Amino acid sequence: MIGRRRWISALAGALAVAASIGCGQSGGASGSASGSGSGAGPAAADSEWRVGVYLGLSGPDAQFGIQTREGIELAVDEVNAAGGVKGKKIKLLVEDDKGNPTEANNKVLQLIDRDKVIAILGEVASSRSKPGGIVANSKKIPMITPSSTNADVTKVGPFVFRVCFIDDVQGLAGARFVVNTLQKKKVAMIYATDDLYSSGLANEFEKELKVLGGEIVIKKGFLKTETNFTTYVNEIKDAKPDIIYAPVYYDVMAPLAKQAKAAGVSGEMFVGGDGWDGMAAEDLGNMEGAYFTNHYAPDVPWANAQAFRKKYTDRFKHDPTGMSAMGFDAAGVLVDAFKRAKQDTPQGVRDAIAETKGFGGATGTISINAERNAEKDVVIVQIKDKQYKFHSVVGDKK
Amino acid sequence: MKLSKSLLLRVGAAVLIAALIAAGGRKVIDAVWAGVQQGAMIALVALGYTMVYGILKLINFAHSEVFMMSAYFGLKLTEGFGPKDASASPVFAGVIGTLSAMVLAGILGVVVEKIAYAPLRSRTRGKSNTNTRITPLVTALGMSVLLQNLAQVIFGTRRESYPQLLPINNVRLIVFVVAVAMMGALQLLVYGTWFGKAMRAVSVNMEAARLMGIRTSRIIAMTFVTGSMLAAVGAILFCLSQSQVYPTMGTIIGTRSFVAAVIGGIGNIPGAMLGGVLIGVVGELTKLTDYSGLQDVIIFVVLIGVLLVRPTGLLGKAGTEKV
Repeated sequence: MIGRRRWISALAGALAVAASIGCGQSGGASGSASGSGSGAGPAAADSEWRVGVYLGLSGPDAQFGIQTREGIELAVDEVNAAGGVKGKKIKLLVEDDKGNPTEANNKVLQLIDRDKVIAILGEVASSRSKPGGIVANSKKIPMITPSSTNADVTKVGPFVFRVCFIDDVQGLAGARFVVNTLQKKKVAMIYATDDLYSSGLANEFEKELKVLGGEIVIKKGFLKTETNFTTYVNEIKDAKPDIIYAPVYYDVMAPLAKQAKAAGVSGEMFVGGDGWDGMAAEDLGNMEGAYFTNHYAPDVPWANAQAFRKKYTDRFKHDPTGMSAMGFDAAGVLVDAFKRAKQDTPQGVRDAIAETKGFGGATGTISINAERNAEKDVVIVQIKDKQYKFHSVVGDKK
Repeated sequence: MKLSKSLLLRVGAAVLIAALIAAGGRKVIDAVWAGVQQGAMIALVALGYTMVYGILKLINFAHSEVFMMSAYFGLKLTEGFGPKDASASPVFAGVIGTLSAMVLAGILGVVVEKIAYAPLRSRTRGKSNTNTRITPLVTALGMSVLLQNLAQVIFGTRRESYPQLLPINNVRLIVFVVAVAMMGALQLLVYGTWFGKAMRAVSVNMEAARLMGIRTSRIIAMTFVTGSMLAAVGAILFCLSQSQVYPTMGTIIGTRSFVAAVIGGIGNIPGAMLGGVLIGVVGELTKLTDYSGLQDVIIFVVLIGVLLVRPTGLLGKAGTEKV
């Protein structure tokens, strides 16, 4: 009995503490006494723009999350230093989803219900943007994903946008580059079957390759946790392809390239997608000469991109990757929408994002189309001297 | 009678592999060889699970995190001892780094034992309710989570590449030779030394062993040391041949190793080796088919199949000697 009584009193105490914290928080956030009425988001009288960010800051592809966050922070701090938007500062609330789709779902829910954010920026990986987007859409909070390229991500509803191209475009550009520029027709393909990004990109590439008269000589799927590629590489070698298309994330590509090299398949055999961005220099050594489709390259000859590169290296002391540039642009598009929004509500911001036309970002000019995707050019990057080097631009607006 | 049955199984497996090789030619031989190499590595880790289970009837889920930590130990130590100019051979640094990583892994294994398991054992000694099995199991899961997060805090989440210590073309052969040598050494340790004899005695009946004057807590600690050292070798071989180092790397190989230990008959040392190689070969052969994305499914189907026919695993026998 005493045990139970103690439990109850402890529980009551905990509740009281939680309630007082909760009151303090909501009081601080809403400022005026008008309070927390609207439910779907903060009231119009709020003193700041609360923007939620969810990214995989730990876990398998943590580099992507960290680079994206740096880009977002750079953009937001710049705006805040200039006095904010409409006299209100932007406040970033960053959550780590640990690279886990379930956790992404929870974090978005938390950002909306607990933190009452007006908009959400997030996720690099399509497999996490999709569940996050479903939550944001059902709660009617606009979300912009910086770099999720899988076509399904923005199809979840009218509140989910992206500032990058989609895999249809990327796969198409990759296939065109392989057939038209590299003049290779016999392609081997290796991709992660249980990953939305990887399998989606592989699919789109294959479709366009067939249209262009190319041929898939061998196609191997693996689990994204796979580390031993010896058997796959041997089999691909036996099929004697001209080129190997590997639309996988960098954390898979590094061991794959290493083992391929051990089996006598050199780096220039590989072509990939934007998931390769952000590899460590020692891993790039195994991939000399490889090409991949990307949003951006550090040395891309665009004025906006070079201005961004300078600001970024000044602050973080290392070169930006495509992911940091996309983070920067996602935040930029959101700030632009804040400026144009007729009402400072989630709905107003959503409508403003949907009307984005000709936004001059670090990764090119961004216009949001009716499917809530960005229409942009694809950059081909080559790995040379352990660095990412701009090669060419493949236009997609044909 | 019992012996001939297990012999029959082994012969059966050999015949099956021979038939596959005859059917598929060089491709299959390559895959089987890659599988044996992969399996030997898995077996090294599986041994840690099986030895601890044999003695304590405890599934040490923290073992996969000891594996991950040893990879970090090996990485940091090899880099620390490494030659400053690139022209010198890194093999010396690799050997010293590996040996020190083994020592550190052994220490970590004992620390886990002393912090998480030993206190629970001493408090439940003599009580025969189910808590003596369940509580340590939950603690093991807790230790696993704790170590994984600790690694994230200490080493960060970045994936780090292991230094290229060996000529890249021979890595697979060296991995295999080292793994087999380690298993041979373990066999000698268990069946050829006083410590091994004591270990087997403890696994048969801990109370009786204690009455015979065996210091059981020391033997248990030594078992953790041995298992953790094998895991350290496994981790370093794993990194040399195929993986980068990162805090969640333990879960992938840990699951495989645990399945290997169960397939072979958990608590049985040769069983863990057999299970490891079986898992490796099945995994690699799957990659040759169109169902390569279903590798884990097939591995677990094999596990279920084996357990349906032999509930104690391939070599596990209820009531026989277990270590």
